[in-house]
Amino acid sequence: MSDWALNIRAGLARAYARTVGATREPSWVVFDVLLPLLGVAAYIFYYRALGADPVFEGFVVLGGAMTAFWLNVLWGMAAQLFWEREVGNLQLFMVAPMSRMALLAGMALGGLFTSAVRALSTLVLGVLIFQVHIMMADPLALVAVFTLTMLAVYGMGMALSSLFLMYGRDAWNISNLLQEPVYLMSGFYFPVRELGMVVSAVASLIPITLGLDAMRQLLFGELAGGLLPVTVEVVILALQAAIFIWLAAFSLDRMEQRGRREGRLTLRWQ
Amino acid sequence: MSSAIEVRSLSRVFSGRKEIVALDDVDLTVEEGELFGLLGPNGAGKTTLIKILCTLLLPSSGTARVLGYDVDSEAKQIRKRINMVSGGEISGYGLLTIRENLWMFTQFYGVQGKVAKQRIDALLEEFGLEDKADVKLRTVSTGQRQKMNIIRGFSTDPDLIFLDEPTLGLDVTTSISIRNYLRRWVREREGRTMMLTTHYMREAEELCDRVAIIDRGRIVAVDTPAGLKRRVGNDSSFLIETTPIDTARLSSLTGVRGLTARPSNGHLKVRMVLEDESVIADVISAVVAAGGKVVGLSKNEPTLEDAFMHLVGRGLE
Repeated sequence: MSDWALNIRAGLARAYARTVGATREPSWVVFDVLLPLLGVAAYIFYYRALGADPVFEGFVVLGGAMTAFWLNVLWGMAAQLFWEREVGNLQLFMVAPMSRMALLAGMALGGLFTSAVRALSTLVLGVLIFQVHIMMADPLALVAVFTLTMLAVYGMGMALSSLFLMYGRDAWNISNLLQEPVYLMSGFYFPVRELGMVVSAVASLIPITLGLDAMRQLLFGELAGGLLPVTVEVVILALQAAIFIWLAAFSLDRMEQRGRREGRLTLRWQ
Repeated sequence: MSSAIEVRSLSRVFSGRKEIVALDDVDLTVEEGELFGLLGPNGAGKTTLIKILCTLLLPSSGTARVLGYDVDSEAKQIRKRINMVSGGEISGYGLLTIRENLWMFTQFYGVQGKVAKQRIDALLEEFGLEDKADVKLRTVSTGQRQKMNIIRGFSTDPDLIFLDEPTLGLDVTTSISIRNYLRRWVREREGRTMMLTTHYMREAEELCDRVAIIDRGRIVAVDTPAGLKRRVGNDSSFLIETTPIDTARLSSLTGVRGLTARPSNGHLKVRMVLEDESVIADVISAVVAAGGKVVGLSKNEPTLEDAFMHLVGRGLE
């Protein structure tokens, strides 16, 4: 069997495990549908109280939906190898011949299922409840930008997972650091350009920033106050996707070697 | 016959606050088709050696080749042809059924769907787990979970399998059925090799073609179980049953090679290897001096346990 066939099988099997696992405990649907909506509502009422342009309510709904993917990248991807080690699966994954990237891609694919439910419910319920007006001129472009954003963001998650593999609980802080501050820096609920060019440029190192900005422009047109033209953002996102995926493969390989040298692949409770 | 495992001058040191030498200059060869046992007390280095051979850990020095490949630079080639099962391990996902978990692990080795299904069904039946196949893993007992782990190891049909204390904590009936399967697996499949670590003497004696005795990171002896027992040579093996005493006094007697003591029905059964039969008189005197009363005494044919005591100077427990 070729390596490609092996890795596809392995990735799909891991995705299946995550997806089926999620369907066995459906209570998460309640929490993942209702709770994010409360967060979105808080921002919307805040903007309404300030008398902001109604387009900001659309930004909030879009940002709220994309939060699902960002959280999945941080806690369902980056931290996953750490959890696998804690429950005793990691050494079995490491003894297996599949590529570690295939395993993580499977986790990403499986995680997309629950994230997509959360994101779609936030988007649909947000639009319906708060009467958000969307001007989607080019749905294909939106799908393309979303796909590129996912590739880049999940590539980043894979690269982060190698840190978790080595540093365990220390890497936990990195994920915490990347959660709330990134909501602000990446402009989840407002156009990132408002933060100024320097902060926006730094924030753009995280792919979700440009992904969100491009999607805002495709959904709300001129009113989105885009940072860069969509085509430029698409090119940068494509580069980021390639770089992060390469970096993930490289760092996973390096960290695995280091883990074998230091005996960290099998040690729990670090 | 070629070698399945070749280990040369292998050492593994764990650094930390205190440096621990887990393996110290180990040399070992396991031939293809062998059921090879690693016997030693907890902390002897058995699991460290297995982890190096499974490519989970790198040696600090020396070399190890598995199925002809170097564990350091050719890990990927090794991984395609081996599998590993650890006793007492917690693996898989509790929300998936036993069958789903097993299927997932076969896919990590690229086993085709139909073949995986056939193998899993056959192994579930073999281990009497077919009625639990579609039950969530989190609801099954420890023994059933361990059976699943063993099935997982064999479901990829490896050329070489590493079993680290596979019957640890299992009841007698389950252990016997697992041992029977292990024996058949090696005998019925030409060229398949098994390396088994255990600290159950009987398991090693019953199953293994050859056994390496490992203690404090060093291989003390490698031989067939019969060969190891012959090493007891002129030493004598005795079993003394006494009222409870502190056995430390007995261990320090001149002529006592080693002993193990186990409580039994309010008494203490002390199995000991002595340099010479005459030493038994001193032992009985020491038991009496320690406030004990000898209630039974027998001389035995040497067992693997006696060989271990003869070589290491103490029992496994």
